[in-house]
Parts: sequence; C-alpha cells; structure tokens
Amino acid sequence: MLHMRNETSKKTATAWLLATALVVGLPQLASAETVLRIGMTAADIPRTLGQPDQGFEGNRFTGLTMYDGLTMWDLSSADKASVMIPGLATEWKVDEADKKKWTFKLRPGVKFHDGSDFNADAVVWNVEKVLKQDAPHFDASQVGVTASRMPTLASARKIDNMTVELTTKEPDSFLPINLTNLFMASPAKWQAFYDKAEGADAKAKSQAAWAAFARDASGTGPWKMSKFTPRERLELVKNEGYWDKARVPKVDRMVLLPMPEANARTAALLSGQVDWVEAPAPDAVKEIKQRGFQLKANESPHVWPWQFSRIEGSPWNDIRVRKAANLCIDREGLKEGLLAGLMVPATGTFEAGHPWRGKPTFEIKYDLKAAQKLMQEAGYGPSKKLTVKTQTSASGSGQMQPLPMNEYLQQALAECYFDVQLDVIEWNTLFTNWRRGAKDPTANGANATNVTYAAMDPFFALVRFLQSSMAPPVSNNWGYINNPKFDELVTKARQTFDPAARDAALADLHAASVDDAAFLYVAHDVSPRAMSPKVKGFVQPKSWFVDFSPVTMAP
Amino acid sequence: MFAYIARRIVYVIPIVISVALVCFLLVHITPGDPLVAVLPADASQELAAQMRTAYGFDRPLPVQFGLWIWRALHGDLGASIATGRPVLSEVLRAVGNTVTLAIAAALIGFTLGLLFGLIAGYFRDTWVDKVATSVAIAGVSVPHYWLGMVMVIIFSVQLNWLPAVGAGPGGSGSWGWDWEHMKYLILPAITTSVIPMGIVTRTVRALTGDILSQDFVEALRAKGLREWDVFKHVIKNAAPTALAVMGLQLGYMLGGSILIETVFSWPGSGLLLNSAIFQRDLPLLQGTILVLALFFVTLNLLVDIAQAAIDPRIKRG
Repeated sequence: MLHMRNETSKKTATAWLLATALVVGLPQLASAETVLRIGMTAADIPRTLGQPDQGFEGNRFTGLTMYDGLTMWDLSSADKASVMIPGLATEWKVDEADKKKWTFKLRPGVKFHDGSDFNADAVVWNVEKVLKQDAPHFDASQVGVTASRMPTLASARKIDNMTVELTTKEPDSFLPINLTNLFMASPAKWQAFYDKAEGADAKAKSQAAWAAFARDASGTGPWKMSKFTPRERLELVKNEGYWDKARVPKVDRMVLLPMPEANARTAALLSGQVDWVEAPAPDAVKEIKQRGFQLKANESPHVWPWQFSRIEGSPWNDIRVRKAANLCIDREGLKEGLLAGLMVPATGTFEAGHPWRGKPTFEIKYDLKAAQKLMQEAGYGPSKKLTVKTQTSASGSGQMQPLPMNEYLQQALAECYFDVQLDVIEWNTLFTNWRRGAKDPTANGANATNVTYAAMDPFFALVRFLQSSMAPPVSNNWGYINNPKFDELVTKARQTFDPAARDAALADLHAASVDDAAFLYVAHDVSPRAMSPKVKGFVQPKSWFVDFSPVTMAP
Repeated sequence: MFAYIARRIVYVIPIVISVALVCFLLVHITPGDPLVAVLPADASQELAAQMRTAYGFDRPLPVQFGLWIWRALHGDLGASIATGRPVLSEVLRAVGNTVTLAIAAALIGFTLGLLFGLIAGYFRDTWVDKVATSVAIAGVSVPHYWLGMVMVIIFSVQLNWLPAVGAGPGGSGSWGWDWEHMKYLILPAITTSVIPMGIVTRTVRALTGDILSQDFVEALRAKGLREWDVFKHVIKNAAPTALAVMGLQLGYMLGGSILIETVFSWPGSGLLLNSAIFQRDLPLLQGTILVLALFFVTLNLLVDIAQAAIDPRIKRG
C-alpha cells in the first residue's frame, strides 16, 4: 500500500514537474530565436553603407542582404544559370528613338528599413551618390566599386514618383544587368545623419553622415542591420516587412564574422563556433564530410585561365599553339587529384546550359595526341620545345591554388613540347600589372598572365578582354587581342536591346572566343562552403551570390 | 636622473621622425596601385585619375608626406581607403585588443620564464635544469602559428573546451575580464607567451648562474646570510637585464603578431596590419605602423628609465 502511495505521489510529482516545465518552457520554445553564424573569408566586414567593398563577397554579405537593386539575380535554382530578374524595378524599356535613354517603372509599396518610402527620388539620389560630384551626398569612396561595374551609366532623372529615366553615355543593352550592382540606400536616413553631423564644411558633414550611416544602415533588403562591431561582427535581423513575402528570412538573426584564415574558419565550424564557413581549408574537406558536416559546391561564373599575350612576337599568336595548350590539359585529373573535386573543368567562359554559351565548334577537352599533332604542325617537338612564360601569384582572391595548379599545367604542357616558366609575384602586384598589359615592363617578359575573373555580366566576362578598344590602359585586354570579329560582335551585343536577341549575340561572341582559343581555359571555381547539419533549406545557385532567406536552422 | 630622462627623450625625436619617414616611403615604393582597395583593375582610366585626385595620390611624394605628418601631429591619421573609417580609431581599437592579449601573454610568459630561469640557474646541470632548458628551447623554436593551430585542433575541435577564433561573444566593444571573454583569450595568450617564456627562461638562467658564481655571493654566504637573503641579492643583480629583455618582449607582443592574430582571428594590430597589407590600404598601413613604432619607442624609453632607476651605474653611463 505504502509502495503504491509512493508510486502515486511520484507520478503526481512527475506530472507537476512536466506541467511546470511545459508552462515555463513552451513560451521559451515558441520564442526561441534562431541564429545563423557565418565565417566569411574577408578580413573585415565588407562596407555596409550600400556599395560594399571586397568584391563579390562584399555584395553577397552586406549588399544583397540589406539592400536591393533595381534589377536582381534569380538565386533560387541550383541547376540553372542564375539570370537577371526584376527587383525594385518591375519593368524597363529602352527609348526606341534614343537608345541611350531607359525608363524604369518602380515597385510600389516598398519601404526602407527606417520606414521611409522607396520612390523615384530615392533612385535618383542613389545614382547621384556615385556619379554627381557636386551632390551633397556624393561619396568618392563608393565610386570605384560602383562606376566600374556600370561604366556607361551617366545620369538619372525622375519622371514621376514611380518612374525614373536613366541615361547612358552610349547605347548599352547591358545596363539592366549592370544595375544589379547599384544598391539602394535610404536618402531619408542619410539626411537625418547629415542634419545631425558636425563638420567644418558640407563635405566633412557628408563624410560624417556616411560614416554614421555605415554604422546604422538602411536599405530595402530582406535583412536589417542590428549590431555592428567593425572588423569583428555584423548582426542582421530579418525584415518582417520585406516586399517579397516569399523571401522574408526564416532565420531570426544572422551573424557575420570575418575569418580570413582558412584553417581558423574550418576549426570554428568543426568546434561548433559557427554554423557555416565560406571556402573551408581544402585539405580538411575529408574530415568535414566524415564528421557529418555538409559541403556545398556548385559551378560558379568564374574562370581560372591563362590570358595570352597577342603582341608582336608572342608564341600564342599561332592559333595551333593556343589550341594545343587547351587540348593538352587533363582537367579531370586536376580536379580529382589536386583540388579534391572542388572545381569544374572549363571549356570556355560559360558552360553548357548558360544562355551566353553558344555553339563553339572547337571542343576544349583533353586530347594529348591532337595537341601534340598541332604543336608539330606549328614546328615544335621533343627536340624543339616552345618556351612560354606566365605571371602568377602565390595566393589571391579567387586564385584557388595558383602555384600547385600552375605547376600541374607546367607538367601537363611539357607533354606537348612546352617549356613553361613561371614568374610568381605578389597578388596585388599581379592584379595591378593586369591592367598595365603585356607590353609594360611589369609583365617582365611574360606572354601569359594568370588572373581569375568573375563572369557574372557580359562586360566583365567577355567585353573587357575581347574588344580591341579595351586594351591597356583602358581595361583588361591584357594581351592586346585585336580581332575585328570580336569587335563587331561586341558592338552587336551592346546594341541589341531585345533580351533574347542580346543573349544570342553574346552567345555568338562567346562561341567565337572559344573557337579562337582566346584563353587557356582551365577551371571554374565551385565556391565551396561547409555548414553544420543543422542548416537546412539552402540552395547553392550557379552564382557568386546566395539567397539566405530560405535557410532554416534545425534545433 | 632628470637630465638622463630628458636626454633619452631628445634621442627619441629623430627616431620617431625617421620611423615616420621610412614607413611612409616603404608603402609608397612597393609595387602596385595604392587605390587597389577601392579601384577595381577594370576601372576606366578616367575613373582611376578621378579617384587618385580625390585621395590625393596625384600630388608629389614630399607634399603627401608633409600633409600626412602635419595631420598626424594633430592626431589625424586620415581615413582608411577601404572602409572610410578614421585610421586612428581603427588602430586604437586594434591596439586595445593587442594590449589585452599582450598583458595576458606577458603574465603567463614572464611568470613561467622567471620561474624556469631561476630554477635552472640554481640547479645548473641537473635534470631540473635540463627540463627547464628544453622547455625554453622548445618555446623559442616551435613555430608559434603551428602551435596555435595544434592547440585549436586539440582544445577547440577535438575537446570543444575553448573557442577557436574571435575575441569574445560580442566583440571587443564589450570586453570584460569574465569567463565569457577570458575563454576566447586563453589559447591565443598561451600561444603568444611561448616565445617570451623561452627567452626569459634562457636569460634568467644565464644571469642567475653567472651571479651565483661571483665572489660577492660567496662573501654574502660567508657572512652567514640566509639563502633567502642571498636570493634577494641575486634577483636585484639580475633584474636590470631581465627587465630589459622583458621590456623588449613586451614591445614585440604589443606590436602584435600577424600570424597568431590571424590564426585566431584576434582583432588586434597584427590582424589589422595583415588586412591593411592585403587590401593595400595605405593610410591604414602607414597609421598602424606609425602607432606601433611609437608604442615600441615609448616602451623602450620606459624600460631604459626603469633600468636606470634600478641600477645607478646606468645613469652614470
């Protein structure tokens, strides 16, 4: 009997404890905040004031999170190439009479994080922040990272509250694609900071206002700034009022932490300090997978090439030599051996399925016999090797593993009678030399350079390398390519305003560049990122950018 | 003593000017574009020229140096090209973190170094000496970034006891000497302490051995002084040299270790320098080097004065 009473009282006590735990715990469970912590490769938080620095990693983390552009990238698919879609503009068209004028209809009902309205005035203000030097809010520090990405944009004019007219310096069908890089910051928020700012003159007040804005930013994006410690962390919270209800973030808070060292990032993930790291240490990939972490990778619009010199006397002026090099590389071997699967073999700037791929007739693949035959036709052989020199770096943003990869190429190309010499220089110097061109003394006699490039838009992916007028010092046609066919196709693509026809023109340009073996195409990066098994719902698109909105965190 | 201090301060002035000149020139003569942080390589020539003018890089070097030094004398080191934030506040925040790390590392390194050094010096050529000397040699020989990685693998990744990276749950803005923050400090502090520990051990061991073999120690013992009192004499004689060595080591630590701070993502002056170098952020790079050089010079000055205060022979020299 006593035993039964004890049992009963134990059960009662247990029931009470459970009930108490439920009463106390349920609200906590219901309100438990979900947090996603990300280790970035950047050494500092990319700039937060609307035009991020640190390349596309900056756009990924402090651009596309807190801000929107008039046009955006569709980042919803892992299978299809990311394409441009409407953003803060719902539609746009070029003026048939004057192809330098574009009309953009703006999305109604959009508000900045501070509650002010997004409208035509805001668009004009954001164009002027980087283009109009006498505007009070003009900020030189934002010009470099913006103007180069939309080189033809000249001005903006309000037509009505929800319509703006943008003008380019020359007819340019690439403008809507370029506008994915112009992020809309809140003029009202900036003005409030400006009114409060102290400074000797308007310029000093403006700088102070931008500095304050960077600490307490306001855009229209799906994430709002909540806490910012320079060089240490940026915390973002979800914007419940985001205009695209399908993209309201599912995680409550996202914490971004700069971790420039790959091993440190990997250790932070493996120890549970963060939930997600960009570019884990390649030699830790096996352990990451063994421990049950996820490794996400997908083909990125990114090319790891050798860019050939085409100046007088360059050995690469012979198309047989260019084609031979492209056929002499076992890219699958490079992928499986050296890079632990973290690359996609390149057969051009764009791969199959991309709207700008086209139909090249020269198939880039590993065909040693064909490569050797081409070299013999060009006059080279085992007893007469062709000496080529390539400038590269020991590290650098997007360079993957430049030294081991170049040494792999050195060995591979030796099979095809090439004697490859490597000129290894510091990354920033290589990057600066890139602009100076093959004729400059800084090229140090090299007849190829190894600088990786992003291929998100037509100008960056093709035009700046292939158009003859883009030779140094204008842009990145390092090797002085001068091919009338390329020039003609560039002009055609720029001046074709129907999107499908423009894509077809770009595809023709790309196909022509592959047929000409314009570069030694080696690899595409796959933007590897490792994450905790708790991270769910993430889709890694074929893009430099990602959408954090659908991500959830399992308990 | 006053004249000595005044003379030492006067000596410092040309050193500081030389340091400023060298650090200004060094970052200007290195190859590459000073605007690489904000100006992509694909920027137009017109835009590049516009930006060069906006940042003042189109002016002659002597003018740039003059303006820079004039502003620096007024406490303005300019703004970071990459972030637009004032260099001085960036540097001071980073130096604050480095000082935190250096203090913790100095406490560990100097305490262990003194302990091991004295023990090894007193028990020369015994197994105790051999152990202490081996630890000291290991301390100065092991690459500290490697040691840092090993510690992270053991204590963070495998045992999950301590955080692998960072400077605290909320950043240094909310730093406190509580466990939530201290746990971020332990691994980088131990890693940083290894070199000073080794150097102090070796120095103190040599000093102790040397002093113990001197005649005055024999005399003290012959006079019947207790061993503790003899020990105090040994310490007093060893102190000036040991202090100078520790001062230099503290200077190195305050200078920040690029490697350790990068391995642990510790947001100190070393990581700031690393970032400034990789972003080629000239104002930030110049400002950081200048502030660190001033730190080093000031610390040396203080060490010299402290040595002089302890050992009157130095003043006469």
